[in-house]
Amino acid sequence: MNEALGYWDAVPANLQDLVILVLQILGVTVAVILSVAFMTLAERKVIGWIQVRHGPNQIRIFGLPFLKGVAQPFADVIKLLLKEIVVPANADRFLFLVAPLIALVPALATWAVVPFSPDFVLADIDAGLLYVLALTSLGVYGIILAGWAANSKYALLGAMRSAAQIVAYEIAMGFALVGVLMAAGSLNLTEIVKSQSGGVLEWHWLWLFPLMVIYFISGIAETNRAPFDVAEGESEIVAGFHVEYSGATFATLFALPEYANMILVATLSAVFFLGGWLSPFEGIAPGTLLAEPSFVWLFLKIVFFLFLFLWFRATFPRYRYDQIMRLGWKVFIPLTLVWIFVLAAFVHFEIGPWAA
Amino acid sequence: MLITILFYTFAAVLVGAALGVVLSRNTVHSALFLVLAFFTSAALWLLLEAEFLGIVLVLVYVGAVMVLFLFVVMMLDINVAQLREGLTRYAPLGALVALMVIVQIVYVTWVRRLGLTADMAFPSAEPLRGTQGSNTEALGALLYDDYVLPFQLAAVVLLVAIVAAIVLTMRSRPGLKQQDVAKQVAVRKEDRVRLVKLPAEKGP
Repeated sequence: MNEALGYWDAVPANLQDLVILVLQILGVTVAVILSVAFMTLAERKVIGWIQVRHGPNQIRIFGLPFLKGVAQPFADVIKLLLKEIVVPANADRFLFLVAPLIALVPALATWAVVPFSPDFVLADIDAGLLYVLALTSLGVYGIILAGWAANSKYALLGAMRSAAQIVAYEIAMGFALVGVLMAAGSLNLTEIVKSQSGGVLEWHWLWLFPLMVIYFISGIAETNRAPFDVAEGESEIVAGFHVEYSGATFATLFALPEYANMILVATLSAVFFLGGWLSPFEGIAPGTLLAEPSFVWLFLKIVFFLFLFLWFRATFPRYRYDQIMRLGWKVFIPLTLVWIFVLAAFVHFEIGPWAA
Repeated sequence: MLITILFYTFAAVLVGAALGVVLSRNTVHSALFLVLAFFTSAALWLLLEAEFLGIVLVLVYVGAVMVLFLFVVMMLDINVAQLREGLTRYAPLGALVALMVIVQIVYVTWVRRLGLTADMAFPSAEPLRGTQGSNTEALGALLYDDYVLPFQLAAVVLLVAIVAAIVLTMRSRPGLKQQDVAKQVAVRKEDRVRLVKLPAEKGP
């Protein structure tokens, strides 16, 4: 052990930093991918319970007699990776195979600026919020290219629906985040969390409530989740943009980015509106472990938002396409604009949490 | 050293992508090469410590403008052979424009080097910095404090352009059936449902 430490000390300092950083990035990526795996399980289980069924209940870890169904995601992954990848005859072969990767990269890269705990962020950059907006707007390329490259009418229709929907809801999302940065006075995500310290009533959800609702609903629309999943719309256009994909390409195009983006939207909602890693007992039990800010609180908030995703999917019928467009352009954007002006008045006249 | 290597790598990719935009046979591929060009120029800006410009370039051009571009290009049925004829015909004109741009760049650098000897450093502008050392903050202060009126005027011009574009495309032709959402929401059972009591039919 000491010998190994000696070798480690001999490594130049900046190389040491590089190795540690790469390990951290790998750690976060693996954690996100594992969360995605168990999210698929949680989705099937929760929707099963809502519909009075059991959900997956057969596959166990090493055949142990408890926790039935927990190993289901691993069985799914093995099945998907072993299946044949079929490329349609008239498809644009290169783009068809690259599109899943283009969808995957922004879904994973955005995690770089997420503050997981008071002292762990991969990249604590000043323009963090802008970085989040820029990278989440790239996710649509994977979907558009997948739809176009497959050379199928259903896929193209799904891609076009998805593109229009994402462009529409991105504006509402951006305006909601303008409200957040006005309230926090910073673009840095750690600073945004710190600006909410002081107990549950100091978190942004209270004064930015309309923006939180709009941000989360726009997040559902951006990730093409029910009730906004017309891009897949299985009753109308089979499976939309991923109709021609199979096996591993299906897993990387559809499952991984969609679920990683869901978890990301849940995390960002928690960071922007529910105080991130801050404890809800901050003002109530000072000095105890409960009041300590930590990753546990962030995790609980993420789980709460993720449950909302599943709950909505099991509850609401799918929106009609023109109604989606109306909601995005004619309802959400004016609402966010009005609330930005209300917020500006609050901040300027020092009302509520901005009282000096 | 590392930054120089990175610069030349990105610059090479940028030039390659720009050539790809012009020379690619497929319009969708051209649009994607343009996305790559935007992305690498954003990376170049990041190297110059202009992180706000870099990220906004990705956000606006890659995230919004090019998506709509791709959207349109995907739906067009373009005859590639006709486009290739155009390339050879307009190539001299394109070369002339490229030459003029190069002459302008060389002229600007030549003027800035006037009065400098070969061993002196090239005078470059210091990156803008705010109190926290980020140029996002510094740019915000410039736009919203020093140049607030011109900035607002530019915004108003853009707004007028948006309204004009919408007005141009919003033609209501006669006989078009449209739904009024407020009416649909305000509908009550009494307006739609009429309960009719029918007398029971008598058998033969």
